[in-house]
Amino acid sequence: MSLQKSISKTLDNAERLNPELNSFLSIERGHAEARVGEIKDDSRLGGLAIAVKDNICTKGLQTTCGSRILHNYKAQYDATAIRRLNEAGAIVVGKTNMDEFAMGSSNETSAFGPAKNPWDTTRVPGGSSGGSAVAVASGVVRAALGSETGGSVRQPASLCGIVGFKPTYGRISRYGLVAFASSLDNIGIFGQTVKDVADVLGVIAGRDEMDSTSADVPVPDYSAELDSDIAGKTIGVPRALFGEGLDDEVRDSVENAIENFRSLGANIIDIELPYANYGIAVYYIIATAEASSNLARYDGVRYGFRTEESTALREMYARTRELGFGQEVKRRIMLGTYVLSSGYYDAYYSKAQKVRALVKRDYQKVFTSCEAILTPTSPSVAFKLGAKSDDPLAMYLNDVYTVSANLAGIPGISVPSGLSSEGLPIGVQLLGNFWSEGKLFNLAHRYSAEFPLNSKPAVFAG
Amino acid sequence: MDVRKVATLAHLEISDEEVALYTPQMAEIVKYVEQLNELDIGDIEPMLGGLTDEGEATVTTREDVVRPSLTQDEALSQAPSPVAGHFQVPKVL
Repeated sequence: MSLQKSISKTLDNAERLNPELNSFLSIERGHAEARVGEIKDDSRLGGLAIAVKDNICTKGLQTTCGSRILHNYKAQYDATAIRRLNEAGAIVVGKTNMDEFAMGSSNETSAFGPAKNPWDTTRVPGGSSGGSAVAVASGVVRAALGSETGGSVRQPASLCGIVGFKPTYGRISRYGLVAFASSLDNIGIFGQTVKDVADVLGVIAGRDEMDSTSADVPVPDYSAELDSDIAGKTIGVPRALFGEGLDDEVRDSVENAIENFRSLGANIIDIELPYANYGIAVYYIIATAEASSNLARYDGVRYGFRTEESTALREMYARTRELGFGQEVKRRIMLGTYVLSSGYYDAYYSKAQKVRALVKRDYQKVFTSCEAILTPTSPSVAFKLGAKSDDPLAMYLNDVYTVSANLAGIPGISVPSGLSSEGLPIGVQLLGNFWSEGKLFNLAHRYSAEFPLNSKPAVFAG
Repeated sequence: MDVRKVATLAHLEISDEEVALYTPQMAEIVKYVEQLNELDIGDIEPMLGGLTDEGEATVTTREDVVRPSLTQDEALSQAPSPVAGHFQVPKVL
């Protein structure tokens, strides 16, 4: 099929499924069709159609962050990841739905309504990068960009039955990723296969002088190691974390995945991560503190929504923010303001930074005895829309297995491990040491090649 | 927690209904994060930021030379109320 036909089919599929799935906030037909003529025959990605979370800047295209306060914002420049994808011959076909400013685990905090899980449209796709996960799971695109602050790529990948990856902090430039919590934020990648993810990472990884936190570390050929034998590799399992709150079916699926890895020759050992249980508490102090500062820029002056109801400056700021932000964003801005406020800073923020150091130390210690850690990605399968939306703390606990990787800065990948009795996807997560993306891809690729899901969602582009 | 006071610090004009909604929710979340107080962690160095050792070692300075950036028109293109090359705001006093 010609590239023109293939992109046209992708756009048709996106348009046809979107009324049911709401995975795209914009489908960029004009932009994508114009790009076809610019793709060189020898380009690395050869016209790969890609969906992009709506908090990653795409010049001239809307970048709303799922928020009313940026509902009319068109990015004035490309994120470095987008520039590199374009130069390598990828085609952005649309911007995807997300929890507002990436604050949520179900996509329900989007100002534009939630994306729906293609396996069961009465259920959430996970979040915050739910729209990107759905675009890949429903077969519209092979790969998509998301972002992670506490699990926002791995968790929706797990709930939608696809591959979701978070890199080492500093591996992918954050220039043009709208900031939520800068010390935790990463651009992440969804793929139908591990190879899709590896191909995209190879293009977008590497030092970028526009992001001073991007690290000067060589970018290997991530596809080179994919097929290597995994016999003799050591995988650590922190079973003490598989307790309260973990669904039985998810536990069974994870135990089954452990046996499957053993059958491929991997050496399974028990490990302990004593501070991992404090991850959520640390996360909701540090992430909200950083968010309260990063989101101060939305004041109705330079871009986005401004209320027309105010005649004085400070009143305009406060009313614009009141009307422009949704409840979860306001709740987190206020929590962050509170934990940083005079008299509370040491008790909350300083303490959290110290426990964060201990979480990181846990991982550094464990990675002297194993090459990867295996856990559930999410404690449950996809839940019903509305089931947790009135209980912020219950929602936060969805991230219990994923947040500590963001605190430590290590890479992780979620791959499908099976289906529940109701036919909903379950995922397992592999975590690795800093810069060990290639090893994780090898383990994840061999696993999914030997133990594929062999099942498609109810809503699928075909 | 005085939610109204925190909202003022954060430049948020929240309604009475929101105060009633957020007060118990935020109290519950704060109570949850206070589990960190049960940890006796001594004198450990706090982790500031998210950098790896390789990230810390990366040279992030460059020559201080002028380079192309957004034009004035581009910078103002998304503003709600641009006027004569400026961002216009309601009166300050």
